[in-house]
Amino acid sequence: MTQPSLVARITDFANRADPYPLYAELRRTPVLHEEEGEPYVISSYWDIESLLHDPRISSDAANMTAAGADELQSESTGLPPSFIRLDPPEHDRLRRIANSAFGPPHEPRRVDDMRGELHTIVTELIDGFAGRTEVDLVDQFAYPFPVTVICRLLGVPREDEPRFRSWVDPLVASLDPETRQSAGPEFVQAAQEARTQLGMYLAGLVEERSKDPRDDMLSDLAAGKGPDGAMTMMEVLSTAVLLLIAGHETTVNLITNGMLTLLRHPEYLQRLREDPELAVNIVEELLRYEPPVQLVPQRTCITDIEVRGVTIPKGSRIWLMLAAGNRDPERFKDPERFDPDRDDLQHLGFGSGIHSCFGAPVARLETQIALAELARRLQDPRLVADPPPYRPNAVLRGPRHLTVTFDGLNP
Amino acid sequence: MAADYVDWLRREGRIVIVGASLAGLRAAETLREEGFTGSLTLIGDEPYEPYDRPPLSKSVLLGKASPEHTELPRRRELDAEWRLGVPAAGLDLTGKRVLLADGEEVDYDRLLIATGVRARPWPVPEEAELDGVFVLRTRDDATALTEKLRAGARRVVVIGAGFAGSEVASACREMGLEVTVAERAGAPLVGALGGVIGAVAAELHLKNGVDLRTRVTVTALEGDAMGRVRAVHLSDESVVEADVVVVSLGSMRNTEWLSGSGLGAGPRGIASDAGCRAFDFRGIVTDDVFVAGDVARSPHALFGYQFLSLEHWGNAVAQAETAAHNMICPASDRRPHMWMPAFWSSQFGVNIKSVGVPPMGDELMIIQGSTAERRFVGVYGFKGRVVAAVTFDNARWLEYCQRQIEQGAPFPVEYPTVDRRPEGRQPVAADFPDPSLPTHGPTVTLSGYSPADRRLVFTPGHH
Repeated sequence: MTQPSLVARITDFANRADPYPLYAELRRTPVLHEEEGEPYVISSYWDIESLLHDPRISSDAANMTAAGADELQSESTGLPPSFIRLDPPEHDRLRRIANSAFGPPHEPRRVDDMRGELHTIVTELIDGFAGRTEVDLVDQFAYPFPVTVICRLLGVPREDEPRFRSWVDPLVASLDPETRQSAGPEFVQAAQEARTQLGMYLAGLVEERSKDPRDDMLSDLAAGKGPDGAMTMMEVLSTAVLLLIAGHETTVNLITNGMLTLLRHPEYLQRLREDPELAVNIVEELLRYEPPVQLVPQRTCITDIEVRGVTIPKGSRIWLMLAAGNRDPERFKDPERFDPDRDDLQHLGFGSGIHSCFGAPVARLETQIALAELARRLQDPRLVADPPPYRPNAVLRGPRHLTVTFDGLNP
Repeated sequence: MAADYVDWLRREGRIVIVGASLAGLRAAETLREEGFTGSLTLIGDEPYEPYDRPPLSKSVLLGKASPEHTELPRRRELDAEWRLGVPAAGLDLTGKRVLLADGEEVDYDRLLIATGVRARPWPVPEEAELDGVFVLRTRDDATALTEKLRAGARRVVVIGAGFAGSEVASACREMGLEVTVAERAGAPLVGALGGVIGAVAAELHLKNGVDLRTRVTVTALEGDAMGRVRAVHLSDESVVEADVVVVSLGSMRNTEWLSGSGLGAGPRGIASDAGCRAFDFRGIVTDDVFVAGDVARSPHALFGYQFLSLEHWGNAVAQAETAAHNMICPASDRRPHMWMPAFWSSQFGVNIKSVGVPPMGDELMIIQGSTAERRFVGVYGFKGRVVAAVTFDNARWLEYCQRQIEQGAPFPVEYPTVDRRPEGRQPVAADFPDPSLPTHGPTVTLSGYSPADRRLVFTPGHH
């Protein structure tokens, strides 16, 4: 009987709770290509870093010629490709416009000004635990949080948030490849319906904002403050949907993995309780130790390239194993240890190069505030199950539920 | 014996650092970081604690930062004696002491020289003294220039379109001031990046409303009866009326104080071995004198062991750290200074970055983007390999280019990239000026074993 391939074992749900021993095995063959049709898997920190900056590597699906190319591809929204799936110069143009609505130099305060609002959202969610001693931090905290944040960023009116959420939830659920496979036709139908409704709603809102701009991202995207001008309506829609999708499950997982890790390392939970500033380091170390995006599966090379003496043919699928690189002993001292006190923390959690996480400033702030407040307010929180049940997804890896018991809430 | 000396030195030796700017400060911090507990003295000619210079030609001019608030962040407590506001005036290698301009002497066991460079002044002193004529290197320069610009200027003339001059022109335009830039070469930045990229820089100037005059030199600065500058005379016989003139003709290395000391110091800096130990005038390495920063010149393995002088912020930091480490460690633990040359500039809203040694390249290829869009990655080739790269608003690809340089990757670059345009398929001449002609300061000075360098003549100091 032959051993299943390492790639198969990594995607095998049975190994979801702790894939790290497999990643260590992976690093022993830094460029792994198990058989025809399988991806080239890159797992050492320096190789990943280097390929993320390599102009021969493409994110454009059209360049991928290898078999099985679309297996892990999740973006099927009926919209033109968003910048995460484009190469320069199109990628650069769209990302520049998106950035002019989001960060310096045009909107230097966009994210930082949300600090108070994020705090309020977190406080309301935790207040909702009142009178209980057991909650599921996924369903009752981490899941609702990012959608609310994206609504506020984009400029979705408060009164529309519930409607908005009712479309986003099935849409996000439908992105999970395993859920999609096991679901019946009515699920697929519902997701499609939600997508259409969301698209129409956003289109209406963009129209409104271009006539009557406000201080929000949709207004800015439609107005185009930077030298590149504005996006077309379709580009605005696909960018908005990208921000929604890319900013959702990743943030849920970062927060949930964060709480899980802190509950497994109570000394840091205690320190965070006493010193909320520690949240900054904790979040960075989490991005190394339990990155919400475990691998980048959607890259290919537009010419034959050589990595560590292995030739990767043009058009091959390349997997960049961020989570394996993050625990590469050639890069990090004592990499299997969760240690927020490290002083050298250039993790791959947000990727690197031109596609490095667009929403990173928001994700950081959301998670810092979420973890600091959970640590401060939950009295003696304890894990109910360790490991908790996981979602099927191997790429966006995180618990499906994180049930925590506690004695009460601090005000 | 030697090990005993290092132990003693680390414990109670006296280390003196001449030069209290970026390199001096980082060296001092590294010495303490690595366990040096002896006495530490920093000597600086300016009266200020170490401050950061790059903002002076950018945010400070624009009023976004105050010149008084550009202090360099400290990495740690230093426990050092500061001798600020007094330049070093001489060095006695045999007696191991530094002579100060105020007549005092400071004894050392090991010395680090990090005296850097100063702005090259306008060559005619009486014209340089006219009210309204400035150079820009120090905090005082920046304070004076900023005040003058704030007070309102009808027209600013910038002499020299190197990086500093271009940044000043950019800041002035952003403030809405009329600006004329006079440049001896055919375009801005040619000394550092060559004529092809210089042409892109020229477009930037023109597009942003700069009155750019190239292939001209300034023949005279004219003052009025009150001793204020009134006009600038150019070699094409035109006259530009101006009330502010910024002289941006590159820099001069602060080595005059070492003349006659026996150290291998001159207009091109102080030569050292790869471990930052200074050479004496016979080309023999010294044991107790180290150099770092803009004033140093050291051989680089990646660039044919040529002696490189790098006026780069990052080089000052890296070389200071290496020098400090080597000053207090056993010989077997010494490290070579192998920093990859890199610099950045921001001007006219464009972020320019470079790695490697562009002036070494004779050919150029645009491997991503396009010069017409002023957003591109260009790589420089020399003798079949990649030696440098430059990006305009495309810095995220620079790391890849750096690796190509480190690996001696082949040039021309044949492979496709995610944004390769037809214009970038063929190498073109990079179009650097003849290195034997004077320029206003390339950011890299090559010397040593280059066949192009026939002007390096040894002139012994006067004893």
